[in-house]
Amino acid sequence: MKRYLRGWSTTGVLALVAIVAVATAGVTALLVNIFERKAEATQTYVSLAEITEDTTDPAEWGINFPRQYDSYLRTAEATRTRFGGHGGSEALPEQKIERDPWLQRMFRGYAFSIDYRDRRGHAYMLVDQEQTERQTKPQTGSCLHCHASIMPLYRELGDGDAMAGFAESYKYSYKDLNAKLHDMGHGHAVSCVDCHDPDTMALRVTRPGFIYGIQALAEGGAEVPHLPTVQKWRESSRAEPYDPNVDASRTEMRSFVCAQCHVEYYCANKMPLTFPWGDGLTADNVEKFWDETTFDDGQRFFDYKHAETGAEVLKAQHPEFELWSQGIHARSGVACADCHMPYQREGASKVSDHWVRSPLLNVNRACQTCHRISEDEILARVDTIQQRNFDLLQRGGAAIVALLDAVQKAREEGATDEQIKPALELQRKAQWRLDFIAAENSMGFHAPQEAARVLGEAADYARQGQIAAMSWREGGATQAPKP
Amino acid sequence: MMFVGLPAILVGILLGVGAYTFLYAEGLSYLSDDPETCINCHIMQAQYDSWQKSSHHAVAVCVDCHLPHDFLGKYFAKADNGWHHSKAFTLQNFHEPIMIKASNARILQDNCLACHDDLVHEVVARVDGPAEEVRCVHCHVTAGHGETAGLGGPE
Repeated sequence: MKRYLRGWSTTGVLALVAIVAVATAGVTALLVNIFERKAEATQTYVSLAEITEDTTDPAEWGINFPRQYDSYLRTAEATRTRFGGHGGSEALPEQKIERDPWLQRMFRGYAFSIDYRDRRGHAYMLVDQEQTERQTKPQTGSCLHCHASIMPLYRELGDGDAMAGFAESYKYSYKDLNAKLHDMGHGHAVSCVDCHDPDTMALRVTRPGFIYGIQALAEGGAEVPHLPTVQKWRESSRAEPYDPNVDASRTEMRSFVCAQCHVEYYCANKMPLTFPWGDGLTADNVEKFWDETTFDDGQRFFDYKHAETGAEVLKAQHPEFELWSQGIHARSGVACADCHMPYQREGASKVSDHWVRSPLLNVNRACQTCHRISEDEILARVDTIQQRNFDLLQRGGAAIVALLDAVQKAREEGATDEQIKPALELQRKAQWRLDFIAAENSMGFHAPQEAARVLGEAADYARQGQIAAMSWREGGATQAPKP
Repeated sequence: MMFVGLPAILVGILLGVGAYTFLYAEGLSYLSDDPETCINCHIMQAQYDSWQKSSHHAVAVCVDCHLPHDFLGKYFAKADNGWHHSKAFTLQNFHEPIMIKASNARILQDNCLACHDDLVHEVVARVDGPAEEVRCVHCHVTAGHGETAGLGGPE
């Protein structure tokens, strides 16, 4: 050994030691890195907190599922895109009814004419609802169906049967039911338990309104090519009603959990919360459903009487699921969660992003996994679609205002209720269509062609109504065309 | 005496740790053609899953399409990609979603032709032009990977 190393200086030996030490440290670091990556890939979750059907506090779930909870918490952050959201420093989002005065005019006689703002994230859904100035008018307990983690309260109201509790809930005032919710300790916004089974973490739907609605859709005859398991159920013996928690595919569930709330519905105190899907999901299908619905007193269904004209009009909520259903993404099997909660990678594990937000804020994960074009190009294409929709919407708004002005003028000239009626029926049809697209939260993107079709009809009906009001002496020059 | 033995011991430790790291990281598997090798590090899981749903699942594994078929070209491409992949995965600093590089797209195109040349030689221009010009997968995007599987990037 001594002979072998003869000629090595002390410095040389020290240099060799240093080099080998650095190399060994490097290899060890690599080994640890590989170990960590392998551990990440095998790790599912560690159960530290006990989770049950009554665990509505997301923080409890967050103990077991910190990654999902971290991203869920970010729904409290203010985000905005060109046409939606709230990204300013102000405490509350901007008033939509001030930005678009025709909205305020259209909603006269309804609480939305008092307070109607841009949306905030999931984290604020309950607080915002408790604080809106619409609460100065009496509101129904039905509203909590979607703004709170409400299932324990439904079970309480129904003596263990949530569906029975739900059937009672519309009779309560919002204030009473909300107080009960907080007393029970369930005053939380939509939470983990609303979409996940606490034992298996499997996706599931819980909301009675949705379960009844999707059953009615399945039992109806409307075409639903984007929901293959509904079609499959229709061809089966139909011994049991369609049950999304049993029958639906995983892809469908990744939309159904969102469709528990992001839909059109009736939400007031004359009957239970109703999803109007028996005749299908298009604006026309839903209108037909409402037109054929009567209240217990036999009166035709309407959401409010317009304060200026007295027309019995419909108020569209936010039919995201319905409009998406008419679009190319639904038809191609792309679920809500694919774009709004895309998978993200953390080390070697794959987590779906629970920071539910506009895909425009997350283009690489939301769009680029399928669309292999640049982010700028994708954003430009979306902007074109939304700008066109916005322009059509504003034209529709102008047409509605013209109709309302014409009705007012006809009244001043002495038109009777009977003479003005054709114009008011057309107001109902026009407002329904305009609101269907205005209230929907994608500025037409979920189904651009369908949105344009609906807005085209809206403008047409509004102008027909204007003509009918202007020609009230002849009993209204035009009638609505038969579809 | 200590001065003489120390470097030898240290080199031995380095070799030992290095050899163990190589085995632990399943280093030998990278010399094989087994498609499961490509999901050793899980980044390619979505690609592996979608390959299993593709029409080519029964006739081609990863290397049949993604590596040259000649010995030298194959091992050069393995080394080249192996270096890029391990560097990217260790440092976690790559573009997401992952996309094929130009040089690998050329290999892929050559491999489409390796099997299908008899059928398509009339439609494939035999001139050197932009790679995008006649890339088979531009249209036949689901041939190798079925429906595109979603997998986005880290926060």
